[in-house]
Amino acid sequence: MSTHVPTSQSTPALLLEGVSKSFGSVVALKSGSLRMESHSIHALIGENGAGKSTLVKIIAGVHQRDAGTLEFAGESVDFSNTAQSKDAGIAVIYQEPTLFPDLSVTENIFMGRQPTKGFRGIDRRAMRSQVKELFSQLGVNLDPDRPTRGLSIADQQIVEIAKAISLDARVLIMDEPTAALSGVEVERLFKVARSLRDEGRALLFISHRFDEVFDLCDTVTIMRDGEYVATTPIEDTSVDDLVRQMVGRDVSTLFPKEPAEIGDEVLVVDGLNQRGLFHDVSFSVRSGEIVALAGLVGAGRSEIARAVFGVDDYESGSVSVNGTQLRKHNPAAAMNAGIALVPEDRRNQGVILESSVARNTTLAIRRALTRWGLLWPAAENKAAATWASRLEVKTSALDAQVGTLSGGNQQKVVLAKWLATDPKVLIVDEPTRGIDIGTKSEVHRDLSKLAGQGLAIIMISSELPEVLGMADRVLVVHEGRITAEIDRADATPESVMFAATHSKEVAA
Amino acid sequence: MSNAVAERTTVRTYKNYSRPWWQRAFLTREMAIVAAVIAVYIVAAIMVPNFAAPITLTYLMLDIAAILLIALPMTMIIITGEIDLSVASVVGLSSVAFGTLYQAGWPIPLAMLAALVAGAIAGFINGFLVTVVGLPSLAVTIGTLALFRGLAVGILGTTAVTGFPDTWTDLATSKIPGTPIPSVMVLFVVLAIIFALVLHATPFGRGVFAIGQSSEAARFSGVRVERTKLMLFVASGTIAALAGIYYTLRYGSARGDNATGLELSVIAAVLLGGVSIFGGRGALHGVIAGVFLIGILASALRLANVTSDVINIITGTLLVISVISPSLLAWARSARARQRGRRESAGGTPAVTAANQASPDAPASATQEKEAQ
Repeated sequence: MSTHVPTSQSTPALLLEGVSKSFGSVVALKSGSLRMESHSIHALIGENGAGKSTLVKIIAGVHQRDAGTLEFAGESVDFSNTAQSKDAGIAVIYQEPTLFPDLSVTENIFMGRQPTKGFRGIDRRAMRSQVKELFSQLGVNLDPDRPTRGLSIADQQIVEIAKAISLDARVLIMDEPTAALSGVEVERLFKVARSLRDEGRALLFISHRFDEVFDLCDTVTIMRDGEYVATTPIEDTSVDDLVRQMVGRDVSTLFPKEPAEIGDEVLVVDGLNQRGLFHDVSFSVRSGEIVALAGLVGAGRSEIARAVFGVDDYESGSVSVNGTQLRKHNPAAAMNAGIALVPEDRRNQGVILESSVARNTTLAIRRALTRWGLLWPAAENKAAATWASRLEVKTSALDAQVGTLSGGNQQKVVLAKWLATDPKVLIVDEPTRGIDIGTKSEVHRDLSKLAGQGLAIIMISSELPEVLGMADRVLVVHEGRITAEIDRADATPESVMFAATHSKEVAA
Repeated sequence: MSNAVAERTTVRTYKNYSRPWWQRAFLTREMAIVAAVIAVYIVAAIMVPNFAAPITLTYLMLDIAAILLIALPMTMIIITGEIDLSVASVVGLSSVAFGTLYQAGWPIPLAMLAALVAGAIAGFINGFLVTVVGLPSLAVTIGTLALFRGLAVGILGTTAVTGFPDTWTDLATSKIPGTPIPSVMVLFVVLAIIFALVLHATPFGRGVFAIGQSSEAARFSGVRVERTKLMLFVASGTIAALAGIYYTLRYGSARGDNATGLELSVIAAVLLGGVSIFGGRGALHGVIAGVFLIGILASALRLANVTSDVINIITGTLLVISVISPSLLAWARSARARQRGRRESAGGTPAVTAANQASPDAPASATQEKEAQ
């Protein structure tokens, strides 16, 4: 495979060639190359496990490359920690920003380098006015004095960007910044990104959403299996081309749900209330049916799912499975009744990163695996191997730490864990977020197959094509209420988006 | 539509383990401590006069029996990421309860039972404040450390209850016939087997580890986080009370200030035995070895006429080393990996590290990723 990067006369803002990185025997990056120009937004795409994150972490100084060259503004550099890359003028904004929740927006932006006045006191006034200036430059309206706790992810990213600009970062890297943003927030982020580009900075944008790549970026670099594939100007390529280059084969981006026999009502949720989160939520799901909860991020969909599963409490209402009402706020009771929840936050809620594939896979069924009250390694490994194999988890061994797997494979471990419980109701919250296309269609196919086997499935998704492709019925949640129920036949991007953005009650 | 998703016809097979069984069994932190115990014992037996005598072993075990007992539930509590600093005060409290009730004319078995119940209640108070009220266990048990000790001393003042029947005090210091091993070790071995099975081979134990590694993921997997912790605190109080009864009978004296400061020895031994203070990692055989290591060192040094302050310095140093050694090892590994990477990049060959480096390196890189988040 060629690692040649198209060259031009000007000095690139950032240049990587043939960069590699291994963790033990796991090769995370075989040969990464990237050429970023000033005055340009560059997209970096590739399936999960393609090496994008490793590449970014090498640029940021989190990891050190094993081989290859890294040049910043024409000079070869070695970053042995993140402080050095920051000082050089590289800022990385991660999907989930890392701010100090109890400090104000202003204090976060100036953390560690507060301007001082006499007697080394912190010059709060100067800090504040600089922040106001930054925000007006970015065209955003944020209160500099409020604590960052409670800010939306989108606003937290803006704070991170402001911090980067106040450091005069020449290279800005955004790792899947839009994954948790709603449409309006994405637009605002793009406006900010474009204005930064026009100021002459170089931006790197990592995303799984092609429409965004085509909307925002000037150039795109594709990676596959830890290797550089190609770099092309965005106008010379198409979605089909990109997908082909990413996966090395043709892939239909969507796996539509196959018709399944719709049976009796399995899950009935009646009048669920929790002040400030959701109100009077009632719906039911039949066996063989996939019901999508659509809506904007923050509309209360995940909160409803968590309450149904019992991880969170609710004030009034009831949840019943096959006619039996569940004890509220009790995940064990929900599990025994046959509910499974694949949560939104895979790394913190779905898997235990420190623990092995086998232990993760058998965690929810550990009581059923006992003989004479004890767990025997052979039984655990057999169950883990069965389910890992059924979901095609890629791992070196069953005792490998889940943290060493790629995101898509981690998600498969979560699915394996829950399918092993033989659930009647499966709730999946953003099942394909941050997952590459190949694994995505595998997940879609699995869900379709499970519905075919008579499971009742609730799918929460922020991706419209996924909702429209998979759901038999779409329930639209807006500000904690179900505002519309749309059948598969009537569901269009327009009808769903309209209900998601308008609070007017639509008779179900 | 093309052959988009290849039909899955192949069945994957998996290796159960990435390392052979003997490496998994012996190349562990726990076995390193076990090896250290054996080495220190042999060295002490050669260098320190009288250390090899059977009577030394008897007194050594009598001395560490209370620590061994309390370390069992403490290991599980620390693995969940919590801590119980009040155990030594519960020893004092149960000693006083036992002594006072005996003095009041209760039969010994009934007084013992009452002392155990007192310990369980003390543990329940800790557990209730941690799990239901939601306070940090460090703060709660510092508070109850003072509270329980205060109660114990308050009830009995500076006096002691003595004059326990000889049958009972002799039992506490008796030996298994034909061996130098104290009978109390039978009680310990039975409890150790129960605790080891519960921690390492039951669903409850899997829950304990899961809570320590990620309490949120554990909750999302149906692990009853609060209930598990509450049960562990009650177990800790009960076992501490059992140690209190043993302590009282062994010295023939029920006092409010019995076992003052013992909690530090217990926690030191648990950490020395390879349990992570951050939770989620540890094994019971390492902890037992940790208790023996501290006990043997103290005993040998005492026999060699080393003063107790020097013994404290040595134990303290060992503890600090044991707590920082995992981080030091990780640091050394990543530094070595970096150097190797540089050398190989200078040579122009891509760095593909040897396969046998996989597992030791994995935790280091996982830590780095955590920091990056």
